[in-house]
Amino acid sequence: MTKTVTDVICPFCGTLCDDIEVVLSDDGKKILEVVNACAIGAQKFHHAMAEDRPKKPRMKQPDGTYKEVSYDEAVEYTAQMLANAKKPLLYGWSSTSCEADSIGNEITELCGGCVDNTAAVCHGTTLIALQDVGVPSCTLGEVRNRADRIIYWGCNPAHAHPRHMSRYSIFPRGFFTGKGSQSRKVIVVDPRVTDTAKLADYHYQVEQGRDYELLQAFRTALKGEWLPDTVAGIPKEKIYEGAEVMKSGRFGIIFFGMGVTQSLSKNHNIDAAICLTKELNTYTKFTIMPMRGHYNVTGHGEVLGWQYGFPYSVDISRGYARYNPGDTSTIDLLLRGEVDAFFSIATDPGAHFPIDAVRRISELPSVAVDPFITPTTEVSKLHVPVAFVGIEVGGNAYRMDNVPIDCRKVIDPPEGVLTDEQFLERVLKRIRELKGVK
Amino acid sequence: MSTVTLVAKAKPQLFLEMESVTPDAFAGKKASDIAELPVYEGNTTLRLADFFEVRGDGGTTAADTKIVIKGDATRLKYVGMRMTAGEIEVEGSIDQYVGAWMEGGRIHVHGNTDAFTGVGMKGGEILIDGNAGNYLGAAYRGDWRGMQGGRIHVKGNAGSDIGYYMNGGTIVVEGDVDVHVGSHMDGGRIVIKGNAKSKVGGQMVTGEIFILGTLEVMMPGFIYRKDVDIEVEGVNGKFALFEGDTAERHPKKKGQTVYGRLYLKV
Repeated sequence: MTKTVTDVICPFCGTLCDDIEVVLSDDGKKILEVVNACAIGAQKFHHAMAEDRPKKPRMKQPDGTYKEVSYDEAVEYTAQMLANAKKPLLYGWSSTSCEADSIGNEITELCGGCVDNTAAVCHGTTLIALQDVGVPSCTLGEVRNRADRIIYWGCNPAHAHPRHMSRYSIFPRGFFTGKGSQSRKVIVVDPRVTDTAKLADYHYQVEQGRDYELLQAFRTALKGEWLPDTVAGIPKEKIYEGAEVMKSGRFGIIFFGMGVTQSLSKNHNIDAAICLTKELNTYTKFTIMPMRGHYNVTGHGEVLGWQYGFPYSVDISRGYARYNPGDTSTIDLLLRGEVDAFFSIATDPGAHFPIDAVRRISELPSVAVDPFITPTTEVSKLHVPVAFVGIEVGGNAYRMDNVPIDCRKVIDPPEGVLTDEQFLERVLKRIRELKGVK
Repeated sequence: MSTVTLVAKAKPQLFLEMESVTPDAFAGKKASDIAELPVYEGNTTLRLADFFEVRGDGGTTAADTKIVIKGDATRLKYVGMRMTAGEIEVEGSIDQYVGAWMEGGRIHVHGNTDAFTGVGMKGGEILIDGNAGNYLGAAYRGDWRGMQGGRIHVKGNAGSDIGYYMNGGTIVVEGDVDVHVGSHMDGGRIVIKGNAKSKVGGQMVTGEIFILGTLEVMMPGFIYRKDVDIEVEGVNGKFALFEGDTAERHPKKKGQTVYGRLYLKV
C-alpha cells in the first residue's frame, strides 16, 4: 500500500511552500505522486527519481572524458585544491541547507578565500540597497491576512513563483482580507504584458531601464510636487493616480524581482523602491519584499550575516571579512582573474554566468557539487554528486520573508551517495589536517 | 623631496593589495626597509621586493616623500590608501581603490584607473590623465559618507555611480560619464564637461552638478528655475538651472528649502 508523507517543504523557490504531500511506493523508495506543488516544484521531486543520476564522483580526464572516482579521492582533490589556493572562491550555497552553508563558510575562512551565493547575480543589489537605506518588511503571513494593495514590480510570479499569488498575495482569503482578490487592488509594473500583468488592476508598462525614474516619480507624486508630462513612458496622470491607489490602502506590499535588481540602475532601483515604501508609511502601512529565487538563498545570506556581518560576496582572504560587490563579487572575481580555484555547490553558474566567466571556471582547478549533471559540472574538473536537500535529506532553509523552515526528508538517497553536509565535513577535516589546524 | 621609485619586475599571478604603498608608510625608511614592506596576494603575504625593484629612500616626512611606480600597475589595488601627504605618480594604468579614503597629498595617474578611485576621500588631489572606472569619489558599501573633500580631475571619461553619497569636494570629468551621477549627493560639486546619460542627481539632497555637454534623460524630480550666467572650471556661459530632487527630503536654511542644483549648459 502506498504511503503519503504530508507537510513536506518544496525545495524549489523562495516561497518555500510547506503544504506538499508526496505519495511513496509500498517500499518507500519511489516517489509516485506529488500533490499541491506547482508544476516546477512537482518536477523537482520527480527528478530525484531520474535513472541516469550519477552515483559516484566523476573526475575529468585529459581527453575530456569523465572517470568515476571514489568519494575519498574526491575529498582529497577538493581539500588539496582549496588548501593550496591563494584565493579560492566558493560559490553557490543557495539550494542546500543552512547547516551545509555554515560548514562551507568555515572552510572558506580556514583556506582564506571568498564565499558568495547566487544573490551575486540575483538579489544582491537588493542587499546593497537595504544596507544603504534600511528595509520596512513583513512576513508573507501578514501579506496574506492584511494586504489590500499588492504591487509586483519587475517580476512575474505567474511563471517564476507559481503559488505565490494564490498562497500569499492576490487570491487568499485572510483574517482581515475575507473577500480575497475582491478586497485587493493589484498593480504590476513591467515592460512586458506578462501573465501576472494580465491579472493586474493597473499595469504600468514602463520603458525598459527607466524603473528608477518611475519610482522616483511616484515619490514625487506622493509629495504633490510637479512632474513632467510623461515619465518612463507613463503619463503623469497615471502616476498621480497610482500614488493615490497606494495611499488609500490599509496595508500595502511591493514585491520586486530581477526586472529591477538586474536591469539598469540595479541597487538604485531598490533604494528608490524602499524609500517609496518608507514614505507611504506616512499615509498607511506599507512594506516591501524581494522575490527570492533559489529556495535557500535567503538562508545563506542569513548564515553569512550572523557569522561575518555581510550577506553575500564576502572576501575572507586576509583573515577578516570584507564586502564590496564589484570587487568581491563572483563574476567580477572570475572576469578579472582574481581567484585561482573555483568550488561551486547547489547552483549552476555554468548555465547562468556570462560565457567569459564560465570559460574562466573551465580554466581553473574546479569542483562542482550537485546531485545532477549540469553545465557547471561539465566545465569543472571534478563533479561530486550528492543527496538532494529537501527530498533525500532534511535541513534548515529560509523563506523569502526570512522565516526559517526545516525541510523534510521524504526518501533515502541512492546507496552510497553522501549528503552536502557529509561531504563538506570530510573536506573540512582533511583541510584541517593539511593546514595543521585542530 | 625624496623620490622612491618602484619598478615592476614580476607580475603577480592574481592581484596585489598594496595599502602599504603610501608616502606615510615610506617616510623615514631606507630603500632596503621599504623593500621589506608587506604586500598581499590573496591569502599570501609577500614583500614589495618580490615584485618591485625599490630605488631611493623615503623622505623624513610623508610630505617630503614622492613615490613613482613604473611598469605594469594594472594588478595593484589600494595604492595611496589613507595617505595624508606627499605625492604618488603612476606612469601607466592602475587598478582599484587608488587614493581610497585619502586625506591629503597628490596622486597623478598617467593612464586609467579602475573602480573605487578616491572612495570616501577627505582631502588632497587625484589627477587621472586617462579614464576612471565606476564609483569615482563614491562612498564605500554601506557608508553614507562619500567623497567629503579634496579634488578629483579626470581628463578622459568616467564610469557609473560617480559621486555616490558625495558630501563635499570637487569631481571634474572632462569627457563623458555613464549613468548615476551624484546619487544621494548632499554637498560638493561635480562638473561633467562631456555628455551624461541619465539618472543624474537622483535622490540628490544638496550640492551642485554641472553638465557642459548633453543630458539624455532628466530625472523627473528636477524643476527648471531660471537661466544663469556663470563661470565653471574655466568655462563661461549660460546655464539652465534646475533644482531637485523633489522626491527627496531637503533641509531648510533661513526659512528657505535648500535643493540640489543641476546646471545644464544652454
